[in-house]
Amino acid sequence: MDLVLGWSLYLNSLLIMGGIYALLALGLNVQWGFTGLFNAGIAGFAAVGAYTYAILTTFASDAHLGGWELPIWLGMVAAMVASGLVSLLIGAICIRLRADYLAIATIGIAEIIKLILKNEGKITNGPQGIQAIPRGWEHVAQAEVHGRAPWSWLLGPDGWQGLFDSLPNWWFQPIFMATVLAAVALVYVLLERARLSPWGRVMTAIRENEAAARAAGKNVTRLRLEAFVVGGVIIGLAGAFFAQQIRFLEPTNAFDPTKLTFLVWVMLIAGGSGNNRGAILGGMLVWALWSASEIVIRAGSEAVGGLFPDISVAELATKASFLRMFLIGLMLQVILQRFPSGILPEQRPARAKT
Amino acid sequence: MIDTPITIWASFGEFFVNRYLISGLVLGCIYALGAIGITLTFGILRFANFAHGEVMMLAAYLTFSVMVLFGMTGTQMDLPRLAVAALPLVAAIPAVLLTTGVMLGVDRYFYKPLRTRPTIVVVMASFGMMLMIRALVPIIWGPNQQSFVPGISRAQDYFGGAIKLHDKQVLILIGTVLIVAGFSYFLRYTRTGKAMRAVSDSPELARVTGIDVERVITATWIIGAFCAVAAGVFLAMNTQQLEVTMGFRMLLPMFAAAILGGIGRPVGAIVGGLIIGLAEELIAYPWMEVVGQVFWWLGNAAASPALASWGEAVFEANLGQPLISPGYKAGVAFAIMVFMLIVRPAGLFKGKVF
Amino acid sequence: MSAVLELRGLQGGYGGADILHGIDLSVGADEIVVVIGPNGAGKSTAMKAVLGLLTIRAGAVLLAGQDITGTPPDQVIGKGVSYVPQTGNVFVSLSVEENLEMGAWTRPAGARARIDEMYALFPDLAAKRRQAAGALSGGQRQMVAMAKALMVDPQVLLLDEPTAGLSPKYRGELFQTVRDINASGVPILMVEQNAKQALGVADRGYVLEGGRNRHEGTGADLAADREVARMFLGARADA
Repeated sequence: MDLVLGWSLYLNSLLIMGGIYALLALGLNVQWGFTGLFNAGIAGFAAVGAYTYAILTTFASDAHLGGWELPIWLGMVAAMVASGLVSLLIGAICIRLRADYLAIATIGIAEIIKLILKNEGKITNGPQGIQAIPRGWEHVAQAEVHGRAPWSWLLGPDGWQGLFDSLPNWWFQPIFMATVLAAVALVYVLLERARLSPWGRVMTAIRENEAAARAAGKNVTRLRLEAFVVGGVIIGLAGAFFAQQIRFLEPTNAFDPTKLTFLVWVMLIAGGSGNNRGAILGGMLVWALWSASEIVIRAGSEAVGGLFPDISVAELATKASFLRMFLIGLMLQVILQRFPSGILPEQRPARAKT
Repeated sequence: MIDTPITIWASFGEFFVNRYLISGLVLGCIYALGAIGITLTFGILRFANFAHGEVMMLAAYLTFSVMVLFGMTGTQMDLPRLAVAALPLVAAIPAVLLTTGVMLGVDRYFYKPLRTRPTIVVVMASFGMMLMIRALVPIIWGPNQQSFVPGISRAQDYFGGAIKLHDKQVLILIGTVLIVAGFSYFLRYTRTGKAMRAVSDSPELARVTGIDVERVITATWIIGAFCAVAAGVFLAMNTQQLEVTMGFRMLLPMFAAAILGGIGRPVGAIVGGLIIGLAEELIAYPWMEVVGQVFWWLGNAAASPALASWGEAVFEANLGQPLISPGYKAGVAFAIMVFMLIVRPAGLFKGKVF
Repeated sequence: MSAVLELRGLQGGYGGADILHGIDLSVGADEIVVVIGPNGAGKSTAMKAVLGLLTIRAGAVLLAGQDITGTPPDQVIGKGVSYVPQTGNVFVSLSVEENLEMGAWTRPAGARARIDEMYALFPDLAAKRRQAAGALSGGQRQMVAMAKALMVDPQVLLLDEPTAGLSPKYRGELFQTVRDINASGVPILMVEQNAKQALGVADRGYVLEGGRNRHEGTGADLAADREVARMFLGARADA
């Protein structure tokens, strides 16, 4: 029974992280897949969303700015707005130039964001990070939250406490998972509408023949900027969910570009850039692979370490995880060369119409 | 407490030149050599090569392995001091061959197959290559920081003690001047050098002029690799350490230097590199201290005690305080780059804008 | 008549749909041949087909009787075909002399002497040999472009709208230069918009339309042809 529960919870967290990655891939899809804008700093935009959410919603703390205990939904909206604003700023500077410049600038902004998170200890608590970030649903079990909630009279403080105490400690996990997946579904529906709308068709036209779109009187720069900001907003939302899932934010490891930038690129390219379903599929699939490889690496290193006592298991595991990184890079190359349209190729809105 | 202008200059000169200006120049040389490779690939192959910093890092590790293999650590050798400091440069010679091989191999198998596709796809391939090299190095050499050159470096007096230089700084400065001189000669006076400038000008025209563009591309990689080895080894000599992230940390300053100088302009890359290197070091100088001193001196000269004491107060308040925290060093390059992208994307030397 | 360059029933395009639907052209030794036609007729495309920049589906390109269909550009130029594109035809950041040196890429032997010959042919350029080509006037750039193309002592010279963007005064000078070059023994194939003037210097001319041959004849005959006049010359005069 414990085994079944353990695997169910593993599957649950797999779906949560897969959903978060699906959101990141959807955000990147608006920028790259629809519009051809190269965002090499996804980790930075996600960090802006995550930190904004954390500062606004955590309980009061002396360690960092904020701790305003704002409602979770408000924190998430703010995360989207903050990430969108950073996108607007960086996009306004680079979007009139070719995509290479945007790539350089976004990789730069991600580094700068990391620097700020590290150095501005008063706001972010620096490298020590922000702890105990409230997670959707789980936080209502806390006395401070259900005591103040508009529905607190229903059971009274002790009644609520008793109810939450009686629940298994994972009670909120499936609900949180459902929330993340609902957000993925919502974003998907909205993006599909956008893609099939005149706006989406103009985006495709710009990507494929900018000169013609310009000649047709479209404000190309503005439209591209819109797409870049929309993508940034979605990435900010993913960042807010990410903060909830990992519950502890610090500038370096949590926002490792390998996992939050490269991996998302591989997901989108593998799934099929330009196709929203492809982005979701890529996000879920590549995350499942990545996560499963973690188990393989751990078990494999232990097995090898058991056979050869001279070899350090920890070192072996570290090298194996670098090997995984190498393989992800190689996978990107293979996909680019051999399967450029991914698993689910882009479907042109024009064709869907006729 | 405050001295006469002459001693102010003496202390300023001593402190400023030896602690800040020289290290800024040395850093600038390293950036300049790295930026040459970036600007050449951007100008001739028309894409932003994100893997360039990692190639520098790889080159430093390869040099280190050559040194270890031939016991060139210096301590057990009976050689003059400067010659011991120059040992890494000897070891760099075989590393140049290896790195050139790596660069040509990468081009052949990862960039060349994508040459008929939009260049941004090649940018993505270089993005993946960045990940692959950064994963491969810790698999071979281990993930931890390593000492590149053992021992503590001591500064030597030059010009009667007015200037203090470390041996490594002397080698880096002279080495950069020699490489830049050789490179300029190559571009100006050799057939292949002129063809490189021609392809950078217009690849289409170069093709219909009958110039062997593939040969020019090969030459570009060889020169880029040579400069990358020099930059990587100089960097490792300067910090005396090897780190997996050392190349990535160089990426932003190098792109900033290339953009500041103008894409496709090697002279621009060198000037840009020097400016970025100097700026990164000089922002940490206690400039407000100097401002205070100047006002104190002006106040005394104008017989205005109020001004003098205000100057003194500024001096006292900012004693030893860097103008901008050195933690934001990397931000300087980014700020300069963003400024150039807004004001003059063609850079100081009228480079290309894509 | 022994043709230096011949296009036989050429069909092809840039990978996608065909642009040329069967073009026949030939340039004889010592000839100036002019190709005219409305926009989109495939004039420049036909030239690019010779250079190997096109995907050719049917037909052949012959250089001095040798089949060079589909040969890549650097080899075509090595065989003695020189090409001056309509725009972007000089390396702007290279000096005039360096441009000429680049022109001799496929035939570096004797380049020094050729450069001096070019300065004799275009005396204006001799004084500007150290200047960046990008700093020259439009007319002088066109001279650099032609001199650069002549560096390989070509078997045939292809000029894509050499007078585009030039003032009428320069236009006349340029056609005179084209004659001089031809008189020195270089056959020329030229695409032109200024049909009347171009046909004036041409030995023969072709009219293309919709990727097909429409008319051909001597320069003088075409200039006098009523239909050609109505199609191009007249339309131009009315405008």
